Amino acid sequence: MIVRAADRVLVQGITGTQGTFWSQQMIAYGTRIVGGVNPKKAGTEHLGLPVYASAAEAAKDRGFEVAVMFVPPMAARAAALDAIEAGAKLLVVLTEHIPVQDVIELIAAAAAAGTRVIGPNTAGLVTPGECFVGIMPAFNANLHRPGRIGVISRSGSLGALICLNLVRAGLGQSAYIGVGGDAILGTTTRDALEAFEDDAGTDGVMMVGEIGGTAEEDAAEYAAAMKKPVIGFIAGAVAPEGRRMGHAGAIVMGDKGTYRSKRAALERAGVRVLDAPTEAGAAFAAALDS
Amino acid sequence: MNFEEHAAKPLLEAAGIAVPKGRLVTSAEEASSAAAELGASVIKAQVPAGKRGKAGGIAMADTPDEAAKAADAILAMEIGGHAVERLLVEERIAIAREFYAAVLNDASAKSPVVLFSTLGGMDIEDAAAEDPRALKRCVVDIGEGFGQGEAERMLGGLDLGLGASGVAKTLVALYRLYRQRDAEMIEINPLALTEDGGLVALDCKFTLDDAAIPRQPDLAALGARERLSALEARGRELGLQYIELDGDVGVLANGAGLTMATMDAVRHFGGRPANFLEVGGQAYTLAKSALELALANPRVKSLVVNFCGAFARTDVMTEGVVTAWEELKPAIPVFFSIHGTGEEEAVALLRSRLGMEPFDLMDDAIKAAIEAAR
Repeated sequence: MIVRAADRVLVQGITGTQGTFWSQQMIAYGTRIVGGVNPKKAGTEHLGLPVYASAAEAAKDRGFEVAVMFVPPMAARAAALDAIEAGAKLLVVLTEHIPVQDVIELIAAAAAAGTRVIGPNTAGLVTPGECFVGIMPAFNANLHRPGRIGVISRSGSLGALICLNLVRAGLGQSAYIGVGGDAILGTTTRDALEAFEDDAGTDGVMMVGEIGGTAEEDAAEYAAAMKKPVIGFIAGAVAPEGRRMGHAGAIVMGDKGTYRSKRAALERAGVRVLDAPTEAGAAFAAALDS
Repeated sequence: MNFEEHAAKPLLEAAGIAVPKGRLVTSAEEASSAAAELGASVIKAQVPAGKRGKAGGIAMADTPDEAAKAADAILAMEIGGHAVERLLVEERIAIAREFYAAVLNDASAKSPVVLFSTLGGMDIEDAAAEDPRALKRCVVDIGEGFGQGEAERMLGGLDLGLGASGVAKTLVALYRLYRQRDAEMIEINPLALTEDGGLVALDCKFTLDDAAIPRQPDLAALGARERLSALEARGRELGLQYIELDGDVGVLANGAGLTMATMDAVRHFGGRPANFLEVGGQAYTLAKSALELALANPRVKSLVVNFCGAFARTDVMTEGVVTAWEELKPAIPVFFSIHGTGEEEAVALLRSRLGMEPFDLMDDAIKAAIEAAR
């Protein structure tokens, strides 16, 4: 799930406003975009790249490893299945508000086909100095710089702020993995911890979570056995019970998914939990020294 | 989107699951005539809240007079913060046993899950704790579905008496309904086994996946209205995510995570956040409406604006806030922290049009806002 400069990327929805803007940014940064998909503009060129009618067509003509979706919610399932059936190794689903049963279906199809899904409702992936896939401002050197901290986040904006704080402290990222803000996700925080534990370029991991669900508790289970230091921050300590705080996955139901439960699980596992995002730099300096 | 019992039961009926005969009424007179038709009846408050029974919102009536009296009493109640405005008057069913049945999305399993317990009529968590062996859980492969075979396998080992084949059929029908109607959760508690072996759903909780509303318009029209404050309702109309709290430091940020973290930081540094309000994602051009909404709360004494642009352009958001500020000329002080895409333009805007300097660290903006609110 750490994207590389050599990975060939297909942009589904490349001709839309967002698809166009972010493809330009990705290309300028070093991402190897090989084409895009828009059935209505199949056979034409966009940004000097071929536009295909489907991911299947793109796979036949050119081949790709990664697909990123700039596709509206009701069209997401079909686009995802297209990319999965076309053999995508990695599928980045940026879209928010996809019907949950569609998400369940596409995750099941991906699992059967061996496609890793990132998201839904994610700002994507960044490998600073190499490439990025999605809508994180990798090109902003105040936020993203090459380094050795792996960053995992359920939130794009908060993830960006954490990265800013790390860069301020002289710490860059080996990679940024936006797992997404939905309740049901293709790749969990725990999955991403495992990827960073196995990554030779990563010395420590910053995990940015929030209330709702069991992502942090599940991650804590794995973190307890990790060799590399993990530091966490959990947003939503003041969230009232029963309200969805923006993200579909950010809701405390009764005593489930609370800040307290997540913090306790992480601290029991030996993960230091920050009180504020601005503590990130100093916390890692201490953790990496020891 | 939640559904009141009276709106959920017709969905079960259409799916082939029996429900008691009933009438939706709004007065004691109507309750009385309904009871005259139905005979011995149950009078049930219709609110999207749990524990109605414990709150006294469910009563038995043997005569139309008793039904009228019960209706009067229950219509005067407030349950879970909802004023009772509607009642369901249902025929009373002779119950032999009470079961529990549900289908819901399970985030850990990333799949639908079908649940069944022979301990119906009580909270499912309590039931699970009381007798784990009475609770059966089936994680469904959404590609394979959930049919008679899966249902029978799931129920194996349970003594369901006359209800054995009926329960399997009911679970299959419930799963089909969950799929057809984009449910997040459907719960039947209790699912009553009658003395002659029939199954009747005595209560039903149905939650529609909000993301599926665009493709379930007829269904969505029947959902219960969410209890929102006036400002929250206005936020909805404007397409903004706004949640009102009781503090005096207003918060405006982009992205749900950053907004939550900003609120948390307000409390961490000794202040009290007034609201959640985010302008990220599709809403990042709505900063002007957002500012107006944040300031419309009379309790707000200062405002923190925290932009860290990932997808959202901070200069566009700042332009919106600055324009609104110039128009509204609010009396309360505002404290900015801006980083990310478009930050140079955003900071220039603040300096030139408002004569303001943003704080470099969000912590400092927040501390200043807390101080100003005192």
